[in-house]
Amino acid sequence: MKVNTTINGMKRILDVKPDEYLLDTLRRHNYLSVRRGCDTTSCGVCTILIDDKPVPSCAFLSVRAEGKRITTVEGIPKEAEKLSEHFGATGADQCGFCNPGIALSVYALKKSQKKVTAETLKHYLTGHLCRCTGYQSQHKAIKEYLGDSNE
Amino acid sequence: MKISNYHKANSLQDAYEVLTESRNHAIIAGGGWLKLSSRTVEKAVDLSDLPLDYVNETENAVEIGSMTPLQKIVESESVKSLCKGMLTQAVAQIMGVSLRNLVTIGGSVVGKFGFSDVLTPLLAMEAKLVFYKQGEITLTEFMAQRGRTDDVLEKIVLPKTKGTGYFKKVAKTPLDFSILNLAVAVSDGHYKIVVGSRPSVATLCEEAMDYVNGKKTLSDDDVEKAATLVCENVKFGQNPRASEEYRKELAYVYTKRGLKEVRDCES
Amino acid sequence: MSKNYKTVNVKTPSIDGKGIMMGRPAYTEDLAPKDALVIKVLRSPHAFAKIESIDTQKASELPGVEIVLTHKDFKRNAYTRAGQGYPEPSPHDKFPLDNYVRYVGDEVAAVAAVDEETALEALDLIEVEYKKLTPVLDFEKAKENESIIHPEEDIYEMFPIGFDPKKNVAAAYSMEVGDVEKTLKESDVVVEDSFYTQAQAHVMLEPHTVNAQIDYQDRLVLYSATQTPFHVRRILSQTLEIPLSKIRVIKPRVGGGFGGKQALHGEMLAAAVTKRTGKPSKLTYTRKEVFESSCTRHPMRIDMKIGATKDGKITGIDCYGLSDTGAYGEHALTVFMVTGSKVLPLYNKVDSVRFHGDVVYTNTVSSGAYRGYGAIQGNYALESIVDMLAEKLNMDPMELRQKNMILENETSPIFEIMGEGTEGTAMNMDSCKLDYCVKRGMELIDYKNKYPRRKTDGAKVRSIGGAIAMQGSGIPYIDMGAAIIKLNDDGFYNLMVGATEIGQGSDTILAQIAAEQLGVDVSKVVVYSSDTDLTPFDPGAYASSTTYVSGNAVLKAAKEMRSMVVKEAARSLEVDIDDIEFDGTTFRVKNQEDTLSLSDLSNRLYYNEDQKQLVATGSYYGTKSPPPFMAGFVEVEVDLETGEYDILEYVSVVDCGTTINPELARGQVEGGIVQGLGMAVTEDVHYAKNGKLISSDMLNYKIPTNLTLKKLTTEFADSYEESGPYGAKSVGEIGIDTPPAAIANAVYNATGVRIKTLPVTPEKILKGLKEKEI
Ligand SMILES: Cc1cc2nc3c(=O)[nH]c(=O)nc-3n(C[C@H](O)[C@H](O)[C@H](O)COP(=O)(O)OP(=O)(O)OC[C@H]3O[C@@H](n4cnc5c(N)ncnc54)[C@H](O)[C@@H]3O)c2cc1C
Ligand code: FES
Ligand code: FES
Repeated sequence: MKVNTTINGMKRILDVKPDEYLLDTLRRHNYLSVRRGCDTTSCGVCTILIDDKPVPSCAFLSVRAEGKRITTVEGIPKEAEKLSEHFGATGADQCGFCNPGIALSVYALKKSQKKVTAETLKHYLTGHLCRCTGYQSQHKAIKEYLGDSNE
Repeated sequence: MKISNYHKANSLQDAYEVLTESRNHAIIAGGGWLKLSSRTVEKAVDLSDLPLDYVNETENAVEIGSMTPLQKIVESESVKSLCKGMLTQAVAQIMGVSLRNLVTIGGSVVGKFGFSDVLTPLLAMEAKLVFYKQGEITLTEFMAQRGRTDDVLEKIVLPKTKGTGYFKKVAKTPLDFSILNLAVAVSDGHYKIVVGSRPSVATLCEEAMDYVNGKKTLSDDDVEKAATLVCENVKFGQNPRASEEYRKELAYVYTKRGLKEVRDCES
Repeated sequence: MSKNYKTVNVKTPSIDGKGIMMGRPAYTEDLAPKDALVIKVLRSPHAFAKIESIDTQKASELPGVEIVLTHKDFKRNAYTRAGQGYPEPSPHDKFPLDNYVRYVGDEVAAVAAVDEETALEALDLIEVEYKKLTPVLDFEKAKENESIIHPEEDIYEMFPIGFDPKKNVAAAYSMEVGDVEKTLKESDVVVEDSFYTQAQAHVMLEPHTVNAQIDYQDRLVLYSATQTPFHVRRILSQTLEIPLSKIRVIKPRVGGGFGGKQALHGEMLAAAVTKRTGKPSKLTYTRKEVFESSCTRHPMRIDMKIGATKDGKITGIDCYGLSDTGAYGEHALTVFMVTGSKVLPLYNKVDSVRFHGDVVYTNTVSSGAYRGYGAIQGNYALESIVDMLAEKLNMDPMELRQKNMILENETSPIFEIMGEGTEGTAMNMDSCKLDYCVKRGMELIDYKNKYPRRKTDGAKVRSIGGAIAMQGSGIPYIDMGAAIIKLNDDGFYNLMVGATEIGQGSDTILAQIAAEQLGVDVSKVVVYSSDTDLTPFDPGAYASSTTYVSGNAVLKAAKEMRSMVVKEAARSLEVDIDDIEFDGTTFRVKNQEDTLSLSDLSNRLYYNEDQKQLVATGSYYGTKSPPPFMAGFVEVEVDLETGEYDILEYVSVVDCGTTINPELARGQVEGGIVQGLGMAVTEDVHYAKNGKLISSDMLNYKIPTNLTLKKLTTEFADSYEESGPYGAKSVGEIGIDTPPAAIANAVYNATGVRIKTLPVTPEKILKGLKEKEI
């Protein structure tokens, strides 16, 4: 099936099977930042943005991308770089497998311009598992990034 | 899950017709749960083009379209205003934001999942369902229907009440299914008590409700008696998440806490 | 001990964080050739069975299937997946594919096909006839069970480890200092109990992944998400009989390992497929395979008996362990020994101490290496029983610890007796700030005011629990790490290390060590790690060895490089070496105006005069394994009516010597604490009656989330280990050890209920509370 979609600002026509998920479609098309952490929609690693909202690409049927805007972390290099500086400063980067997904959620949050407190931020990010960091350093970095970008 | 063909419905009628062509056709809402199942679907009927993604307020009710993603419900002020935000709280405790952007309230209701954190508050709030074919029925009636439905859910209707509510989810982590969940709602002095994830599907605790609703005022002793009635009359079971006994203990404690909280809130 | 370092012990962002955050292709699967054959594995539905027949004809004939492999396709070369040095202390008890299956999920056959769908379809077409055998599922009934899990004759131990497969024993060990039974008999107070730990899963977010290809020199090249590329190469060579020189193993970015990737998983099958077909192949485990078919932490039962005098001197400890290695014996002995050797020396003033027991086979998922292995199990038992002893003595448990724990300049006879798989090495605690860690930890958690409990509102009680721990830093006289530093034109360096970055930040800290010694910015040290062709040898990322062992190797290489460039500068400036002052970028001649920049010197060396390549090599093996230490304290709030509890704060004070990179060290500790909390609190393992793992996906196996605890407080003791690079010890594992005991102790202090089986679940607590009422 043909799907008309926009990926990171570029219009693309994808040829997909009816039961194919965006995770596989995107990887096939070399958006390799989108990775699989589980098979059960449980980890957040595969998060992408559909029309600026985070969704798990491992459960998002590719046919559904018709007319939608898809963003992967390759599409927000400046923001990712900025966030990585904060991660670097707090020592929040370890294996990094969870990072692109987190970067996208945080970017979506920033873009939505919702007010966040430390507590709501935590709840907003709960779906992103990280087995390496213990989370606290990530949160510190993200708070600083959001604070920074508010200026 | 395997899908052989895919059909984007252009109207509820179209959806209904294609769905009922074969037992191997299925509505696909968020697709979140279907993905985890081993079902083979000959034709998936996608509702995502239909205008079913909304939360609207009417004079007497809040209406939620069946394709509304859970995150939208979390963020809805209308929903928050009902029963002290009981549904908001319950839905906000389901997984993370990205999954909630995907999965829908319709899928959550029609799936009739044992673990559901949605059915529990909806039952307590006396939700009604509007199906394409059956029209409006109560959620309680729907729960009593056996087998997989071959109707299309259009929306969920939540009556506006001045009542208050209490919801509790007990789970190992915020990303786990409930060990047990429990809702208590009261409106005009009329109490509803619902227990879910027992681990079987949510149910009204009729005996306890009858007892409580027979009282003019609720004393602490009445509350304890009601909690005991929940434990005695509701069927609990065991699974790897918890034993039957532990579920009973939880139901007892949280019925008590829930009843006290809404009672004190009402007065 | 503040030394004036420029890059070491200074805030330094990781050298690779940016590219990773930006999503650049980095991990093994990102690098697989697009046309790689997809390998899928047929796995056993039975816990124990003999394969009577296996028919692959239909599968082979399916269009798109390239090859189907069964046990008939492999020579019977027994090996161990453990991924250790050679000769391994684990039994060679596994075959690439076998005619027995020993747990649900064991490998039966492999298919390589043009795509995943075809490979999966082919799996369904393989016809297998099994003769079901009686599985052994209860490890307490495994020894001398009439069902023998490894009846085959062609398996063996490399040296004596107590391997006795006919009794279902993979390894056994026993040691005693003094006469523990006599000591305990003569002690005023004795406490004894049994503790159980579960088969914790690593749940690194990147599953096990490998891809293989044959390069234009006809060599087998593997990209693998492994912690041990050099061991992988050796084990493949020995088992598949491919010359070592014909194999290259490259470790790309790894998405977490925690010990799970020390072992070989898909490598053997991918290598076999590519070797036979000549075509590239890849094998990525599904999450279910990661749970069901890789390895877990060794579940154990630990019987602890501890004695003391009335005034609180611990006199003797008797520890019996029974460890469950599952279907195969990876790390059977080493993990078991660590349960004693990195736990019991904490109380070094005892008159006698004994450690003994067996490691048994069962028909369950194999156990293997996992961060803090052995130590976390032993720590839970010991640090629980010490609290129990304190209560019996009517003494504060921290005071009891302070009175008896190991201090600087002391030693324990255990160090000499017990190593990892072999004898140990005597050593003094030249750096040990455990006393400070305990004192500071108590301040940070406000022990004075909060211990043991306070009632908050309603049914809730807040309480404190603590534990102390130690680890090691590499395996002395066994693990050797090496580094090469190369000077480039324009004056920057390449650092080539075999050490394995798996997300713990080793590339960064090794670059910092080199940069410090060379006097340059970290950006002038370009790191390339873990490629068996291009980097020098390293055992890999395990046993907390990278900072200490590989770090020392880097330091040696950097020192050598520094003297090389000074020598060349002296030659160029035509002065004596002793007259050169060098700050890393500029050479100055003492008492003269003459200067030469490193950049000019190197351009001269490569283009103009005295042309030569400067390369320095350093290698290092430890002659001791200085332990890092820590004290951990947790505050919990328990609901006495439901047993549920919140974790309010976890305080860690750690002595790991100098923190080469303070933020990354904190990350290691915090990540370890939260993983340890997972084991303590939520990570429950369930098997069905037929031996099938139920908690085999992330829906059913619950690791901590960002809401698991409210606050982590982490501090480091000011400590300097002379033998370590710039005073550093290890920090990779120590964080994981204390949470199980600290949580169990805190819960006890709140409720009076002692949980002796992990995890400490609300249900168990409530059950205990109810039993107390009766
Ligand atoms: C990883 C994960 C964790 C979860 N955890 C929880 C939890 O903790 N608590 C909880 O309450 N829920 C949980 N859920 C369930 C989730 O909230 C949804 O209820 C579920 O995914 C179904 O919604 P969906 O939109 O994905 O429906 P789908 O998967 O698309 O459909 C579910 C079923 O409903 C049918 N259906 C859907 N919409 C209609 C309609 N309009 N008319 C007729 N039939 C319809 C489908 O045919 C299908 O049979 C979880 C789900 C996942 C994937
Ligand atoms: S891969 Fe884990 S949520 Fe999608
Ligand atoms: S950094 Fe490894 S999973 Fe988050």
